[in-house]
Amino acid sequence: MPKQAILALKDGSIYEGYSFGTETDTCGEVVFNTSMAGYQEILTDPSYAGQIVLPTYPLIGNYGTNKQDIESRRIQVRGFIVREKCDMPSHYLDDRTIHEYLAGSGIPGIYGIDTRSITRRLRSAGVMMGIITTSKTPHEALEELKKQPDYGSIDFVRQVSTEKAYKWEEAGSSGYHVVALDCGLKYNILRLLCQHGCHVTVVPCSTSAEEIINLTPDGILLSPGPGDPDLLDYLAETAKGLVGKKPIMGICLGNQILHKAFGGKHFKLKFGHRGGNHPVRELATGAVHITAQNHGYAADPATLSDELEITHINLNDGTVEGLRHKELPIFSIQYHSEASPGPLDNVYLFKNFINNIQKFKEG
Amino acid sequence: MPTKPSKVLIIGSGPIIIGQAAEFDYAGTQACKAMREEGVTSVLVNSNPATIMTDEDVADVVYIEPLTVDMLSRIIERERPDGLLPTLGGQTGLNLAVELADAGVLDRYKVRLLGTPLQTIRNAEDRELFKQLLLKIGEPVPPSQTVTSLNQAKQVARDIGLPLIIRPAFTLGGTGGGIAHDMDELMEKVEVGLRASPISQVLLEESVIGWKEIEYEVMRDAANTCITVCNMENFDPMGVHTGDSIVVAPSQTLNDDEYQMLRTASLNIIRALGIEGGCNVQLALDPKSSKYYVIEVNPRVSRSSALASKATGYPIARVAAKIAVGKRLDEIPNAVTGKTMASFEPALDYIVVKIPRWPFDKFATGDRIIGTQMKATGEVMAIDRTFEAALQKAVRSLEFGKRSLLWEDPGWERGSDINTYPLMPPNDLRLWAIMAALRRGITTREIADHTKIDMWFLDKLQNIIDMEKTLLAEPITRDLLWRAKRLGFSDEQVGTLADRLPEQVRGQRREWNIRPVYKMVDTCAAEFDASTPYFYSTYEQENEAEALRENKAVVIGSGPIRIGQGIEFDYCSVHSAWALQDAGYKSIMVNSNPETVSTDFDTSNRLYFEALDEESLRDILENESTAHTGESTDNAPPSIVQFGGQTAVNLANPLANAGMPIIGSSADAIDLAEDRKRFELFLDELSIPQPPGAGITSLDEGLRIAEIIGYPVMVRPSFVLGGRAMEIVHNNTDLKRYIGLAMELDASHPVLIDKYLQGKEVEVDAIGDGETVLIPGIMEHIERAGVHSGDSMAVYPGVNLTREEIDTIIDYTIRIGLGLKINGLMNIQFVIMPGSEEKKSSVFVLEVNPRASRTVPFISKVTGVPMIKVATRVMLGSSLKSQGYSSGLWPVSNLIAIKAPVFSMSKLTGVDTHLGPEMKSTGEVMGIDYTFEAALAKAIVAAGLSLPPESGVLFSIADRDKAEALPVIKKLAGAGTKIYATEGTALMIEAAGVPVTMTSKKLDEGHPNIIDLINDGTISGVVNTLTGGNVPFRDGFYIRRAAVEKRIPCFTSLDTIRTAVATITGGSLTYTVQPLPDYRNKEPS
Repeated sequence: MPKQAILALKDGSIYEGYSFGTETDTCGEVVFNTSMAGYQEILTDPSYAGQIVLPTYPLIGNYGTNKQDIESRRIQVRGFIVREKCDMPSHYLDDRTIHEYLAGSGIPGIYGIDTRSITRRLRSAGVMMGIITTSKTPHEALEELKKQPDYGSIDFVRQVSTEKAYKWEEAGSSGYHVVALDCGLKYNILRLLCQHGCHVTVVPCSTSAEEIINLTPDGILLSPGPGDPDLLDYLAETAKGLVGKKPIMGICLGNQILHKAFGGKHFKLKFGHRGGNHPVRELATGAVHITAQNHGYAADPATLSDELEITHINLNDGTVEGLRHKELPIFSIQYHSEASPGPLDNVYLFKNFINNIQKFKEG
Repeated sequence: MPTKPSKVLIIGSGPIIIGQAAEFDYAGTQACKAMREEGVTSVLVNSNPATIMTDEDVADVVYIEPLTVDMLSRIIERERPDGLLPTLGGQTGLNLAVELADAGVLDRYKVRLLGTPLQTIRNAEDRELFKQLLLKIGEPVPPSQTVTSLNQAKQVARDIGLPLIIRPAFTLGGTGGGIAHDMDELMEKVEVGLRASPISQVLLEESVIGWKEIEYEVMRDAANTCITVCNMENFDPMGVHTGDSIVVAPSQTLNDDEYQMLRTASLNIIRALGIEGGCNVQLALDPKSSKYYVIEVNPRVSRSSALASKATGYPIARVAAKIAVGKRLDEIPNAVTGKTMASFEPALDYIVVKIPRWPFDKFATGDRIIGTQMKATGEVMAIDRTFEAALQKAVRSLEFGKRSLLWEDPGWERGSDINTYPLMPPNDLRLWAIMAALRRGITTREIADHTKIDMWFLDKLQNIIDMEKTLLAEPITRDLLWRAKRLGFSDEQVGTLADRLPEQVRGQRREWNIRPVYKMVDTCAAEFDASTPYFYSTYEQENEAEALRENKAVVIGSGPIRIGQGIEFDYCSVHSAWALQDAGYKSIMVNSNPETVSTDFDTSNRLYFEALDEESLRDILENESTAHTGESTDNAPPSIVQFGGQTAVNLANPLANAGMPIIGSSADAIDLAEDRKRFELFLDELSIPQPPGAGITSLDEGLRIAEIIGYPVMVRPSFVLGGRAMEIVHNNTDLKRYIGLAMELDASHPVLIDKYLQGKEVEVDAIGDGETVLIPGIMEHIERAGVHSGDSMAVYPGVNLTREEIDTIIDYTIRIGLGLKINGLMNIQFVIMPGSEEKKSSVFVLEVNPRASRTVPFISKVTGVPMIKVATRVMLGSSLKSQGYSSGLWPVSNLIAIKAPVFSMSKLTGVDTHLGPEMKSTGEVMGIDYTFEAALAKAIVAAGLSLPPESGVLFSIADRDKAEALPVIKKLAGAGTKIYATEGTALMIEAAGVPVTMTSKKLDEGHPNIIDLINDGTISGVVNTLTGGNVPFRDGFYIRRAAVEKRIPCFTSLDTIRTAVATITGGSLTYTVQPLPDYRNKEPS
């Protein structure tokens, strides 16, 4: 018989299920993602640092896990909540089940529970801290939760960023040199930059603007990443130092860092945007793009600098989805143009970035 | 952007045939609603009266006329629409749009084609153009070559190699397609394909048999915004038509890279085609490399888009219609959430399983192999949170008696060798055969190697087998029962395995509080608050469907479309839901069919997408009970069982026994009408005659009864559906054979034997309330008794009935209605035996069905009596009198309407086409006008039974029919038709002095024989009456099949041909073209 486990939420609700992955207890902010495929990419996305992720799709692990669908060097989530985990996956690339994959990284999961019910709770009460435990009673679990620091009080970027700078090159990537500031970078950003002919230097989040400029980049990428952007003064400082020097593209947290660099503030979304189906309107053209998203905070448009303008908004809730500098070749998006997982409709934005670099060089 | 049209012509898809079914009524109805919301006048044309879209309050202007270029041109001339929406009427709609454009009609009247550009329709249907287009945008297609001759086909086989797939251009549901593994097979199938294609063109392409088959439903608006509504994965890999495949949504075995790769391909295609609306893209994915090919594109809404709409809650047809008149996706609200817009992609948090419903329970001789030619008449869908549970619920929804996944065919060898199971080639029983093989230790790997079905699906089936074994071996605990229910095991299955009665399992569930909860289909995986009243059952923690507090009633739907129970019953269910709402009640719909209007979430106040069996219904009724205490049937809402065909009627007794209230005729009245002995006594008491007969339970008894009443006799099992296994028997030998078979069919119900009276058949639909019996209309059948009423042409009002006969029918109907205490609808079939000078004709009652019949939509439309609304109100307690109706026949107007059956025989190889007491048609059309001849001509044209003038017609007539056939032959010959006949028939014709060409009936004695003449086009119509007995595969059978496969009319009843001939010899016939209500309300001009 599988070992029983419980999920306790900060609001006192308890869900019973069974343990998979590693049988350890784990705490984190519980969030849901509505993507129907791409669980391995989600597990390895550094933006989920400090979070326990719940896919709303009930059947997880169907195609197993493999060595290529990874977005960083390890699993980044604190825990995984699924309705059903698949023990008999089927795919030519599969080499480990979802259980083996989590267990191999020491990550606990819970399965067999009513994930839709939890989603409805998070939707109406907002995301909150939760604990998965196989050892504690519900009472003990709730007590443990009280001791946990709030998700919004921790700088997770420092935990997920690379410690040392490194280069990422692929065959044919001999063109422009892009420096990517790693706040929780996904590999697919690097893959796509290379596909567009660039070679990339990835630098730690603590790298200063001066150090970055000294690497003589043609363009700078502000990466996605986890947590509350308003904690990240040092990144805003770095970004401020880069403005005007080189073309910049910001993705997700990168969008927020840019906003913050120009004095903008953020607010926490009730239950975030996490999934692959969010419609975004491009204001200049009226075009609607289906986007992949993963963020829990949004830029407050009331605090937007005069130097920036909003380029994209979310059609579901009207929040800011993209910014642009009115004069300089600087733009950012709140969604994930690199997809992985999610629709490939916005990969063209890398092309726009490259075009900015080219124009900038041509002066 | 072009301006919004003000008046749009919508083309319906015509009669229900295999490959084009109820999904297009759903699409057309949604389009009409969308037009109304957008302030655009809708003009709808369809030949099929059994549709919601042809209701006068759904479309603004309704024409029920044949779908021909001539007719549509006249409608366009009269209505002057500025737009034509051809994408909601299936392939029929698209083909007609092309023909109208080619004929210059659209240009002449300045009608703009909406939704899909003309060139796109041509691009998507012309295989070669389509291939070039895809290659241009960099989308891969299997290497292929278009051919128009057998020689070309040979060359292609040498270039690409065998096996090859054969795909004829411009056909429905893959008609005439196939797979060829060797040269002989290729020649044979290319020949069939060339014939099936109206432009004699087929595509031969590299076989990707065994690859994953994936479909995407995509939408695009004029601003070039594109979205994916849903993707689907087929359980059956490439090689089986998607309409004949078990399908799941969303895809299960694709990783995100593959999912997005195919999604992007689909969006590229819809952009390249310039479609403004919806589009279906079918792709093949190599399970070993992620390599893919684009297989097919439907530039219109389709069966798959109906399925995707129901699977996601996203109303594709409605959104497509709005896009076609200029709306953008981000301007159209998502009706489900009310908060978000249509420009998003639905997220599912459940799995959907669709299983096709094949007609082989009706066609014992049919070829059960499934391939690229679709054979299913309908489908079921089930939703749950595990694949196992969704699959098992879908199996229950098929309504094959009580056939769960535990069922095995006793004829299977069932050994330890995989080849003892009928797994390949694919067939309708394959799912059960896989279960049988797994049950006996054949491994999932072996089955995967053999069938190419993905291991993921097979491992899930293995989970079901493992649970079966656990239930067999271990004592039932709460945990075990909970796990079994979560895998979709019914109480019945658990009972079988754990040696308990289903009712005991149910009792145990109640004791342990194991009940299903109901979760919402909300398009967004619970991300947003939604108010869709669309639910499915699952065994989980949280119930989202609190019992509705208001006055409410449950309408039990009719399940999958099958022969004998078609779209008519969906029409009835929908109208009942609407009538409930009109009367201030909340309507709750239960149905399992994704193709229908009834399962549209805004048809009723609440929709439960569930199997229509006792367990589901009782669970739903308990969930809707306002007091959840004790027996929990307290305050269960009443159920309406008379609109969902035999499916719903069959639930009357179980629900009544479980203490659930039923409104309308009581379970006892239903039993009285269906129990042979009780019914006989009942009619005796009323002194109403019926053909002599009896119900028998043994062969001896049968022979004795037959001797008393005399041959020929009509034999059938009790509780019939569409005349299943009904036969006319002429002698003891045939009776013995029949009884042997029938007793095997169902040992618990008797076989009914009646004297077969070959008279004129008449039927009525009536509404009763216990005091008053209203008869909206009387229909006279063209074919005499012995041909199933569903396969007969029916004329309203009866044109050959005497006043006296009509009065007798009215009298009998009223007395039966009162005697049975009919509350709601009933249908009675009569046979009238001709009288003579001294003796009056006599009227016999053949059968009474205490429920809505398949003619209800037809009669409602031609009489204007809203029968379902009236009947529903009666059930809620409003008397007919209070509704303004009185006993007797509703006054007739000047119109004549003829209902003609339509068959799908060309799709069903091996099935004999002759008309008989077994129903075979899949759909119907209506011809309406002010004269019998004009109405008939329309019905004949709409049903595809026209005989082209100056063509050749073949007669092969049984001896007993020869004399009767002669006048028809003379009339045809007189009209310039060249007469061909087989030996005996030719002699008779010659003797009568009519020129005739004799052809050899013997098919094995040299060429040219009859079949050659049919195939080379010399003969364009066949008249063949049955020699007797029901022995398949005689020469007559092959002649009939050849006619059907060549798509020329084949008449097996002299009554039908006599009628058809009347239309071609009428000279220049004038007919009327006007909206339906004008026939009722206006005098002929």
